[in-house]
Amino acid sequence: MSALNLAVVSGGLSVPSSTRLLADRLVEATTAALAGAGREVHVQLHELRPLAGPISNHLVTGWPSPALGAALEEVSGADALIAVSPIFSASFSGLFKSFFDLLDPGALAGKPVLIGATGGTARHSLALDHALRPLFAYQRALVAPTAVFAASEDWGGTGDSHTDTLPTRIERAGQELAALMTVGGMRPADDRSPTAPVLGFH
Amino acid sequence: MQFGIFSVGDVTVDPTTGRAPTEGERIKAILAIALKAEEVGLDVFATGEHHNPPFVPSSPTTMLGWIAAKTERIVLSTATTLITTNDPVKIAEDYAMLQHVADGRVDLMMGRGNTGPVYPWFGQDIRQGIPLATENYALLRRLWREEVVDWEGRFRTPLQGFTSTPRPLDDTPPFVWHGSIRSPEIAEQAAYWGDGFFHNNIFWPQEHTRRMVQLYRTRFAHHGHGTPEQAIVGLGGQVFMRKNSQDEAIVGLGGQVFMRKNSQDAVREFRPYFDNAPVYGHGPSLEEFTEATPLTVGSPQQVIERTLGFRDAVGDYQRQLFLMDHAGLPLKTVLEQLDILGEEVVPVLREEFAKLRPAGVPDAPTHAALAAARQQTEAAK
Repeated sequence: MSALNLAVVSGGLSVPSSTRLLADRLVEATTAALAGAGREVHVQLHELRPLAGPISNHLVTGWPSPALGAALEEVSGADALIAVSPIFSASFSGLFKSFFDLLDPGALAGKPVLIGATGGTARHSLALDHALRPLFAYQRALVAPTAVFAASEDWGGTGDSHTDTLPTRIERAGQELAALMTVGGMRPADDRSPTAPVLGFH
Repeated sequence: MQFGIFSVGDVTVDPTTGRAPTEGERIKAILAIALKAEEVGLDVFATGEHHNPPFVPSSPTTMLGWIAAKTERIVLSTATTLITTNDPVKIAEDYAMLQHVADGRVDLMMGRGNTGPVYPWFGQDIRQGIPLATENYALLRRLWREEVVDWEGRFRTPLQGFTSTPRPLDDTPPFVWHGSIRSPEIAEQAAYWGDGFFHNNIFWPQEHTRRMVQLYRTRFAHHGHGTPEQAIVGLGGQVFMRKNSQDEAIVGLGGQVFMRKNSQDAVREFRPYFDNAPVYGHGPSLEEFTEATPLTVGSPQQVIERTLGFRDAVGDYQRQLFLMDHAGLPLKTVLEQLDILGEEVVPVLREEFAKLRPAGVPDAPTHAALAAARQQTEAAK
């Protein structure tokens, strides 16, 4: 079987970035789970920081720079997507949203997506479910049930009696995305080849 | 090959003085620019049509009628006429009237308009933009070509026994271009009817323009296998023969230039206008923009080379319009630019394009050519 294309969008702004760190961990977990199922993965990482200028230019001119155009195309064409944003003011960062505003409508339809976010404290974690999940629901993406939030304390903590540790959550999320990828997601009707495996929810 | 200018008709603050012209001053400036275009030997003047500030030209035929009376030679056109929100009946009447006033020196470019609120202001819905353009244009064609029209459609009151007056000059409707930046449906519409296709070629990378023109050419050739009847209502029998080849489609391009003898002077003088222009400013730099899009700021020689490069991208084409009076440039500067365009750029371009053009590539249709083709077709019946 051919390798699967996994696109990764990391909206972190600092260097080094904990958002990128989380994205890398999610990629590792997904790749490991897919390897267990005998599938190879080709990973395309897109950090948004170097695209910040081109993204704002695209918003005002209506067309992308070559590098941004390539990133948009790779994300649209990938078999699955991992999207990770820092949480700013109770939501995804503006840059992260702007990037997804530039995708063609339908570009993510039926595509398995794993969402993640980072923030200073775990009190921001519901932003994943009230901001990122609706964004991808609007795009008709297939969002994995587990979304991973990494607060600063998670990088050195062991969780508490009510929560799994960060590595446990990352592993579970990676397995969920891998499962969605191996059944081929759920491409829109007009984009579906007769032989493509289709995921059915019952 | 025709060369001309098109004006958007924006009222914009001159960033070097902080002052905007009044509406009256701007309208008079556009008129002066049109007269200057004829004086320096250009072939076409085209005006935009807008129904919201900061744009002034809401009534194109009023303006073009005045220019017609003051000129002898220049073809008067639009860039664009709103085929979506104007009543096609009124377009048929207004432009047939203008044909008579201007002795046939009239063609039109159809466009949809991209200002959302203009649609509801004129009783329409922007989500219906493409179906509106398709239905309205099909009706417009019938109004110009059939004496008495019975018609019913989705978007306007039905017509029973309606005759649009005056009839087109010499029973020859004005030639129509379809302008579009990114809608393949409009390239298809132009190809379907055998009309001209115009790409504004200003704000977008050249590669995008090339793809849109190629789509139009391919579809033009495809529709060339239509019926002789279609061909007659298109451009006349003569052009039916040409429809076998996509190289013989009718293509127009826009472009924007700013010139000084010395290219550094051009960049220095134009930069504040670029940086503050409503459509350019506050995004990519002037340098990035001139690199990525056809905007050319430099010496006349650079403009000549860049414009000849358009031909490399899209093939031989029929009409080149430049945007010269935009972003708050003062009238005096625009008139100087037209002098340079007419004296140093267009004569060279005419010669070079003519040298490069293979036999069989059609000219941009004029009223005289269309009327003669129509007569031939009638005689052959």
